[in-house]
Amino acid sequence: MESLQTIHSTFIPLRLENVDTDQIIPARFLKATTKDGFGKNLFRDWRYENNDETTPKADFVLNNPYYSGEILVAGKNFGCGSSREHAAWSLLDYGFRVVVSSFFADIFKNNALNNGVLPVQVSDEFLQKIFEQDNTSTLTINLEQQTIAIDATGEQETFEINNYKKTCLLNGYDDIDFLLSIKEDITAFEKQPA
Amino acid sequence: MSNDTNNKTTFQNPLSGGKTLFEKIWDTHIVKSIPDGPDVLYIDKHFIHEVTSPQAFAGIEKRGLQLSRPDKTVATADHNVPTVNQHLPIKDQLSRLQVEQLISNCSKHGVELYGLGHPYQGIVHVIGPELGITQPGMTIVCGDSHTSTHGAFGSIAFGIGTSEVEMVFASQCVLQSRPKLMRINIEGTLNNGVVSKDIILYIISKIRSSGATGYFVEFAGSAIRSLSMEARMTICNMSIEMGARGGMIAPDETTFNYIKGRQFAPVGEAWDNALKHWKTLFTDDNAKFDKEISINASDIEPMITYGTNPGLGIAINGLIPTLESIPDEGERKNIVKALEYMGLKAGGSLQGMPVQNIFIGSCTNSRIEDLRLVAGIVKGKKKNEHVKVMIVPGSQQIAAQAKAEGLNQIFEDAGFEVRQAGCSACLGMNEDKIPAGEYCISTSNRNFEGRQGAGARTLLASPLTAAAAAITGVVTDVRELLQ
Repeated sequence: MESLQTIHSTFIPLRLENVDTDQIIPARFLKATTKDGFGKNLFRDWRYENNDETTPKADFVLNNPYYSGEILVAGKNFGCGSSREHAAWSLLDYGFRVVVSSFFADIFKNNALNNGVLPVQVSDEFLQKIFEQDNTSTLTINLEQQTIAIDATGEQETFEINNYKKTCLLNGYDDIDFLLSIKEDITAFEKQPA
Repeated sequence: MSNDTNNKTTFQNPLSGGKTLFEKIWDTHIVKSIPDGPDVLYIDKHFIHEVTSPQAFAGIEKRGLQLSRPDKTVATADHNVPTVNQHLPIKDQLSRLQVEQLISNCSKHGVELYGLGHPYQGIVHVIGPELGITQPGMTIVCGDSHTSTHGAFGSIAFGIGTSEVEMVFASQCVLQSRPKLMRINIEGTLNNGVVSKDIILYIISKIRSSGATGYFVEFAGSAIRSLSMEARMTICNMSIEMGARGGMIAPDETTFNYIKGRQFAPVGEAWDNALKHWKTLFTDDNAKFDKEISINASDIEPMITYGTNPGLGIAINGLIPTLESIPDEGERKNIVKALEYMGLKAGGSLQGMPVQNIFIGSCTNSRIEDLRLVAGIVKGKKKNEHVKVMIVPGSQQIAAQAKAEGLNQIFEDAGFEVRQAGCSACLGMNEDKIPAGEYCISTSNRNFEGRQGAGARTLLASPLTAAAAAITGVVTDVRELLQ
C-alpha cells in the first residue's frame, strides 16, 4: 500500500447524498480477478449514456473539464450498500487519494483505508463551505495533524482516525503485516481450552 | 465442525453490570486489543464466494502464505452464476473465469467448495444456516454485506472487504473497531398480511438508510421471538440497509430446533455441550445499549419502497411523501432525484400502478418459507399476462424441497419461471436483469439505481406483496387477496 501523508489538491464536488457502492462501481463490472483497471468504470452509469462508454453524460461532474483533482467531495452517507472493495479500487485507480464527506458507511471506510484512500469526515457546515468553493480552490489534508483546510479562506477542521490506522497509512503498512507479527498470540488463542 | 463453537465461559464482573449478547460473544473472541486502534477478532467461520475472493487468494499467494485455517472456510458460487442450465458451461466468459478461479483456488488451498452442480450449492447466506454451519455464539465473516443474515442465530456476523478476506485467509482474524450497540424492541402481534420483510422495511423507513451506521443492532421483543428462523434471517439480513455493521437475535428454542439434525450441527455429547453454551447467549437484564428503539408490531402494515434506497419506504396503502413534508434540503434533493429515476410523483400512491416484473429470490427472501407464502397466494391462479415472474430458490436444497412439496407445480401452473439457485436479479451480475425503465416488485434487499440492471426500477416488498402483484399485474395490498 502506498503511504499517504499530505494531500494538496483541487477537488471534484459530487453534490449527492447516499452515494452507494452500486453507483461507484456497478455489479456487472465485478467479474475481474485482479484489482486493476476499475477506474474506467467508476460511476459508470452516471458517467455514460445508456451503458455506452463513447457518450459521456455532460451533466455528470467527472465529465466536466472545469473540475479536477485527487480529492472527491461528496454528500453524507458516502459508500453505503455492498461491501465490494472494488469501490475503493475504482476510486484509487481513477486517481482519488482522499474522499471528503460528512458521513461514511462503515464497510466502505475500512475498504478505503485498507487501500490507501483516506476518508475524511467533516461537519455538515464545513462540507457546505467546501461546496461553495470554485474549481481553482485547493484543499490541504494533513494526516499527521489530522486536519483539512480550505486554502483560499484558511478555514480548517480536524478529523478523526484511530492511531493504528493513521500509523499504517503514514507508513504504507498493511494489516496483514501486523497480523502476521502477532501469529503467536493467535496460535495461543486457538489453543485455549474450549 | 461441531467443536468450532467457542465454549469459553463468559467472565462477568459483578461490579460492571450485565453484558449484552454482542459483548458476550465479542469479548471471548478478542485475541488482542490495539490501544487507540481496533481489536484483533478471531473468526470461527469464513464464507467465501467467487466475486470477492480471487484478489484475496492472489494476495496471500503473492506473500507466499498458506490459508491459516482452511477447515474454518466454506465456499460456494452464487453471485454471478446463471440460474438456468447450470449443468452446461457458463456462457459469459468473465463469469466462467471467475467461477473457474474459485474452483482452482479452493482446490489449491484445501477449501471445501459447494460449487455449481453440488447438492449444497446456493446463496452463501442461505446455505450456511441450512447446513447447520451457522451456529450461535460464533464470529462469522464473508466478503458480502448481507453476512449480517447469520446474526439471526445469535452470532456476530458481518460483511468485509476483500483486504479483510485476505486477512482472514492469512491469520483467521480481522481487525475491527468495537461498534456501538443498539437494541430495537418490537413488541406485540403482527397484523394480517404483515411478515418479517415488512418489519425490517418499516424499521429502515423510520431510522433511514444511515440511521444505524456505526452500530451493531440486537432485535428483541415478543414480535421477534414469535418469528421462525427464516423470518429472523430476513430481518438480520437487511440490518446493513440501515447502515448497521450487523444485526443479531438471541438464540432460543426456535433456533435450537432449527439447527438440530442439520448436516453440520453438533451431535451427541457435543450437542449437549453446545446447547449449554448457547443457552447463556442472551442480553442480561442490566446490560446497557448506546441506543434503544421501541416499535409496536401493530403499527406495521405491508410495506413497499418508492425510492432508490431501502429507507424510502411507505405502507402499501400510504402516499409517497410530499416534498414540502421533507425539512432537510439534502434529503429533499435526493428524493427528487430518486423519484425522477423511478418515474414517480411526490404525494402520489403506488397502489394500482402496473408493474412488468416480479422477482422472488435473494438472500433476503428465497427460503422455503418464502416460497410457501408465495404458493399460498398463487395456488390455483394464473399470473397476470403483462408481468414476467422469476422465482429463484436460494439453494439446491430449497429447490429440491419446493419440488417435493409441490410448490414448483403451483408456480409453473401460475406461469412463473422457476429458476436454479443463485443471487440472480438481486444484483444483476448474471443475465437475470430487469429491462431499463420497467418496474420490478422484488423480494430482494436493494433498490439502488441500476441494481437490477441499468435503468431498472425496483420496488422492494415482501414475498406476499410480490405474489399479489404477480396475480393482479399492479401494486396490490395483499390483504385484499387474503380476505
